[in-house]
Amino acid sequence: MNTERDSETTFDEDSQPNDEVVPYSDDETEDELEDQGPAVEPEQNRVNREVEKKKETFRKDCTWQVKANDRKFHEQPHFMNTKFFCIKESKYASNAIKTYKYNALTFLPMNLFEQFKRAANFYFLILLILQAIPQISTLAWYTTLVPLLLVLGITAIKDLVDDVARHKMDKEINNRTCEVIKDGRFKIIKWKDIQVGDVIRLKKNDFIPADILLLSSSEPNSLCYVETAELDGETNLKFKMALEITDQYLQIEDNLATFDGFIECEEPNNRLDKFTGTLFWRNQSFPLDADKILLRGCVIRNTDVCHGLVIFAGADTKIMKNSGKTRFKRTKIDYLMNYMVYTIIIVLILVSAGLAIGHAYWEAQIGNYSWYLYDGENATPSYRGFLNFWGYIIVLNTMVPISLYVSVEVIRLGQSHFINWDLQMYYAEKDTPAKSRTTTLNEQLGQIHYIFSDKTGTLTQNIMTFKKCCINGTIYGDHRDASQHSHSKIELVDFSWNEFADGKLAFYDHYLIEQIQSGKEPEVRQFFFLLSICHTVMVDRIDGQINYQAASPDEGALVNAARNFGFAFLARTQNTITVSELGTERTYSVLAILDFNSDRKRMSIIVRTPEGSIRLYCKGADTVIYERLHRMNPMKQETQDALDIFASETLRTLCLCYKEIEEKEFAEWNKKFMAASVASSNRDEALDKVYEEIERDLILLGATAIEDKLQDGVPETISKLAKADIKIWVLTGDKKETAENIGFACELLTEDTTICYGEDINSLLHTRMENQRNRGGVSAKFAPPAYEPFFPPGENRALIITGSWLNEILLEKKTKRSKILKLKFPRTEEERRMRSQSRRRLEEKKEQRQKNFVDLACECSAVICCRVTPKQKAMVVDLVKRYKKAITLAIGDGANDVNMIKTAHIGVGISGQEGMQAVMSSDYSFAQFRYLQRLLLVHGRWSYIRMCKFLRYFFYKNFAFTLVHFWYSFFNGYSAQTAYEDWFITLYNVLYSSLPVLLMGLLDQDVSDKLSLRFPGLYVVGQRDLLFNYKKFFVSLLHGVLTSMVLFFIPFGAYLQTVGQDGEAPSDYQSFAVTMASALVITVNFQIGLDTSYWTFVNAFSIFGSIALYFGIMFDFHSAGIHVLFPSAFQFTGTASNALRQPYIWLTIILTVAVCLLPVVAIRFLSMTIWPSESDKIQKHRKRLKAEEQWKRRQSVFRRGASSRRSAYAFSHQRGYADLISSGRSIRKKRSPLDAIIADGTAEYRRTVES
Amino acid sequence: AMNYSAKDEVDGGPTGPPGGAAKTRRPDNTAFKQQRLPAWQPILTAGTVLPTFFIIGLIFIPIGIGIFVTSNNIREIEGNVFMYYGLSNFYQNHRRYVKSRDDSQLNGDPSALLNPSKECEPYRRNEDKPIAPCGAIANSMFNDTLELFLVANESDPKPVPILLKKKGIAWWTDKNVKFRNPPGKDSLQEKFKDTTKPVNWHKPVYELDPDDESNNGFINEDFIVWMRTAALPTFRKLYRLIERTDDLHPTLPAGQYYLNITYNYPVHFFDGRKRMILSTISWMGGKNPFLGIAYITIGSISFLLGVVLLVINHKYRNSSNTADITI
Repeated sequence: MNTERDSETTFDEDSQPNDEVVPYSDDETEDELEDQGPAVEPEQNRVNREVEKKKETFRKDCTWQVKANDRKFHEQPHFMNTKFFCIKESKYASNAIKTYKYNALTFLPMNLFEQFKRAANFYFLILLILQAIPQISTLAWYTTLVPLLLVLGITAIKDLVDDVARHKMDKEINNRTCEVIKDGRFKIIKWKDIQVGDVIRLKKNDFIPADILLLSSSEPNSLCYVETAELDGETNLKFKMALEITDQYLQIEDNLATFDGFIECEEPNNRLDKFTGTLFWRNQSFPLDADKILLRGCVIRNTDVCHGLVIFAGADTKIMKNSGKTRFKRTKIDYLMNYMVYTIIIVLILVSAGLAIGHAYWEAQIGNYSWYLYDGENATPSYRGFLNFWGYIIVLNTMVPISLYVSVEVIRLGQSHFINWDLQMYYAEKDTPAKSRTTTLNEQLGQIHYIFSDKTGTLTQNIMTFKKCCINGTIYGDHRDASQHSHSKIELVDFSWNEFADGKLAFYDHYLIEQIQSGKEPEVRQFFFLLSICHTVMVDRIDGQINYQAASPDEGALVNAARNFGFAFLARTQNTITVSELGTERTYSVLAILDFNSDRKRMSIIVRTPEGSIRLYCKGADTVIYERLHRMNPMKQETQDALDIFASETLRTLCLCYKEIEEKEFAEWNKKFMAASVASSNRDEALDKVYEEIERDLILLGATAIEDKLQDGVPETISKLAKADIKIWVLTGDKKETAENIGFACELLTEDTTICYGEDINSLLHTRMENQRNRGGVSAKFAPPAYEPFFPPGENRALIITGSWLNEILLEKKTKRSKILKLKFPRTEEERRMRSQSRRRLEEKKEQRQKNFVDLACECSAVICCRVTPKQKAMVVDLVKRYKKAITLAIGDGANDVNMIKTAHIGVGISGQEGMQAVMSSDYSFAQFRYLQRLLLVHGRWSYIRMCKFLRYFFYKNFAFTLVHFWYSFFNGYSAQTAYEDWFITLYNVLYSSLPVLLMGLLDQDVSDKLSLRFPGLYVVGQRDLLFNYKKFFVSLLHGVLTSMVLFFIPFGAYLQTVGQDGEAPSDYQSFAVTMASALVITVNFQIGLDTSYWTFVNAFSIFGSIALYFGIMFDFHSAGIHVLFPSAFQFTGTASNALRQPYIWLTIILTVAVCLLPVVAIRFLSMTIWPSESDKIQKHRKRLKAEEQWKRRQSVFRRGASSRRSAYAFSHQRGYADLISSGRSIRKKRSPLDAIIADGTAEYRRTVES
Repeated sequence: AMNYSAKDEVDGGPTGPPGGAAKTRRPDNTAFKQQRLPAWQPILTAGTVLPTFFIIGLIFIPIGIGIFVTSNNIREIEGNVFMYYGLSNFYQNHRRYVKSRDDSQLNGDPSALLNPSKECEPYRRNEDKPIAPCGAIANSMFNDTLELFLVANESDPKPVPILLKKKGIAWWTDKNVKFRNPPGKDSLQEKFKDTTKPVNWHKPVYELDPDDESNNGFINEDFIVWMRTAALPTFRKLYRLIERTDDLHPTLPAGQYYLNITYNYPVHFFDGRKRMILSTISWMGGKNPFLGIAYITIGSISFLLGVVLLVINHKYRNSSNTADITI
């Protein structure tokens, strides 16, 4: 790949970072990223060594042996690995895949084990065990068991459903069929029966069942085209090529059946683009590399039949080795919640200890003298206190809400479904609904601070369209009719006169067509002719329709435009290009293709016309073209102006020019060219030099303007998110100019933005570091310096930085170098210490530098990082995560975004054109960038608010419930007597108070989705953690404590000396318990009513339903019938009916509820009146806002006027196909020329060079 | 790197046939799924909150006064008079004590009668016989007897005993459902013959009421009342009923009364106190000023709060009305 070139530039000692180049290829896989240790060695070193050791390493690591058509071979005993004790298993996996976790037998034990690994469940298991000890068992066994079983049951059912789905999918895949040689013939067998060493046959559009070595195919040279979208997300076809020897001898069935090659290769690993091995056959050895391997998960395309040898099967395949490694993400609230549960457990222990001490004291003072309490055991008071400690742990266990975790999960699951169901995030064109792939992160969507976005395919559609052009100084492309009059409303140009038009180009300038057809200005035709001939596009005819395959979408757009305007590129061979010029087919012989690369920024083609003259056509970036123009170019200034206009419209431009070449001049040049193209060393440089000689004195034809189409609604979304105080960073592999251009197009950058580049930042950071070092000594240690901004406030700043500068600034490069030093062994102890010290100092410096950089970058309103590698993308995300402690979201669509998506707190995949890999590693996926605003501002915000309300209420309701026991303790000798019936304790969390809060967690909305989007400022509550934090938590607890006090002391006062209406004392324990329980149930359910701001009939039903359910169940449990059946389990017989017929008790309940709720109403009303939150205000004025709903989407207007900013040029970062076209040179080492393929115009292939 | 899912391999991404109405993945456009359920969105406005406070004030204060007056009027000894005994500093709600009973046994279950629950320890068996009724609660049953005499007039020193009704003091459910004697046609004595009396008792359970055969065994009402444990360490329990004989005379006419106590029940060990209370009952029960006072207080506070909130609301109304939504 391009390692050589990169390493040159990156490690060129003192050069400035190169803005053009992606710093270094990072083919480190995930594993290496994770343990960044000695594995990372300096690139230069590695490259060198690799060359040296190539042959050596071959034999050394190649321990994986495969023999073709010999299943017995792989069953030999030394291929067996011992698994458990004496059960042996072959090291060759079978091709059956297994993604499921459980089977019928293991489900129960494994699932239970997994569930009890969770702290919360384990806690309740311990409680259950404690409850089984009779001395301390203060609650009936079922009080904990019933809720626990319910919680476990719900989770188990969920797991079971998931696993059944996995079983089904596995089964489906394992039962797919393919042809395998068996007993000398191809037979259809199931995928799961394929084994290593099998020779298989695949047809067009087949999925590849295992990792196989390509032996031969029906295509010439045994080429085979595969689509790797599943693996790396790239939709373009890749070609694989078999060894010459296998291509030659293994075409027919009989030969394949007798094939007995032997392969030694590396052990299975997860590197998709690496493979080393050797084929031994016919007493010869042949090196194998990744180009000959077809990977499982890819699809065979454009190849009728191909044959292969299975090398890795099933779990050993690269796709499987890559799977299931998703990092487990948790939300901020999860962490907070855990800490709060720990806090509660500490409170529980403290309270229990306090009460236990109270009990010991009470026993000593009173209990010991109360003859009626005699229990036959002469335990000391302190021992009784000790037992009671555990007793209280059990009684008060409900402080830690058992159903908390499962409820949180249910709510998140519901939220996820709402995301999946959202019609407004459904993209009809592609039939893609939004999908939340993880169901555990929803509320975090409401707390995003930073968004890291990919550019191509995320912000832009990656569709280039020909928008405008400037030919000979005249600009075409505005709305105009044939006679040059502009109209704001004009129809599309009709291309039907052109048989090659694809009918997809939207063009409004009828005058240009007029010009082409009339031929008045020869330059116009010349212009489009140039577009049709100067390119490296491949053509392909499907059903007579012309289809172009271009290395870069820009180029494809240009050739396509030319085709629509009547200059259709029809076919090419190695030496000719056929073009239809307004209906007449002409064939030009190609003398040379001077391909594009990132230094040249241009490409040229030299052709001989049928008439015999030689011409050079060139297109390229304006900067490089203008340097090479002939002095006499009349339209230079006009074109320049046009370029500026195009730039201001954020169009991507290219300049077109040509020149005539004398026969003699060409012959001379051609000699040099030939010499350079066979040069053994520095061929690229030599070629560039030769190209330079001919590409001068060019005559300018004009310029093209291509629109890199933004996704719909990108600027609106970005400005919305910016208003929500979310910072957006664009991380792209694209060029600086392109990235900057897009920055303007999507209004991330505006005219009044001051842009800082790598150099500026570097110097700023340097000064800062100096200052910090100078100050370091004394003051830094005592008082951390107050945060001082890098920039004066008030100015709108943006940062544009390239990958190379990023490395420079963050000292990435230097640490790499320091590792070279480390390779030398330190000789003395002293030296070692010195070195570790210096390393530590370096680490410190690096950290300080990183921190400074993040601080600086965060001061900017927009940050664009271009030319960054996937690894750097992840690094940038990680830096912000680490130093800003902010919640990050990464959004992208391609394989190169996977790292970043996995690193960020939340990864969003755009399920667009570039395959599935980003989506597969993402947490949320949808089809359009603009859905992000709905995901964050609506779903995220709602989820956050719901979750916070839910948690606050949950802690409150459990404290209100549990602490009644605490107050009661003071009046029952701290004896851990419960204040409620055991059944009530059992069912309170499960039935009486769970549904309303769950529904609130699912359905609540403070303001509607429309208003949420209209007022993005509402979003900041989540970013600032305003709704759930330690303060809110303690307020909730305090609320719970106060409520429990009221719940206890009002009935206490009422019971103190009362007697019932009919004289029978209602002051008994059971009536007391029923009074408190009733008041509690009514209070907490009314409280959730107060908390609910969106009352649907379901909410109302659940709230009143819960209360009704409570009374219903209570009357049942207190009925005569159930007591007769289970006299010991239901002891409260008749209590409900006797107690609740007393008006006195009802008055007590009403008073208690009123005292619990009235202060809440008053406080809420006060805070709404005096300190209304934005959401309160909006809610208050909901009606008025709704009335003025004529608020329309802001039209996307480009605020930029004519700007001096130079535009980017077209060509994205890919190199053309020129190599492939003009010679066999590019296709790997010593291959025979590809004439055959290229002659065959249907050959469709693409190659990407960028690694 | 990637999260391999077999499903994705099969589908290969969004390949659903566009326009194929049959297999579209378009989410349903239902109010629930689109989170557009019709809903009422209440907010705490002055219009709702202030009236609430005033209304609660206006309702609670009269109720409180009603309760208070009623409670204070429980004085004239008219209508039925209830005789209570009260104990204080007696922790009938102690966990160890509360659970020391066997409801199956008390419900007349023959097997539990002979083999009481372990919860009854150490009052489960005595002298190799099961205790009936077992447990600490039964064992510590209040066994003082109270007799009331009216000293009709100074001249006639012979006190007239007041008729104290023993029955009708327990809950109907307790007497008829929860507590039952062992089944069978034998006499009570026969039914309990394999059991022994609780340690502290003077006589067996079937002889609790020598006067009334049907008030014996587990369904003895004094026993049932005792077994309904109190909520708080200071409690009173209904002891006897003094029924009103006719409408013309008060149940207990004014005069000098004479209370005869047979003292059996020791309380001084744990610093307890015994009391005897005579009381009538109103619609809301016995005398207890707490609730009335509480209602009056809460009602007044609510009313006051309403006034305060009204003032505050008036002060801030202008500022909040200008809809300064700053976002």
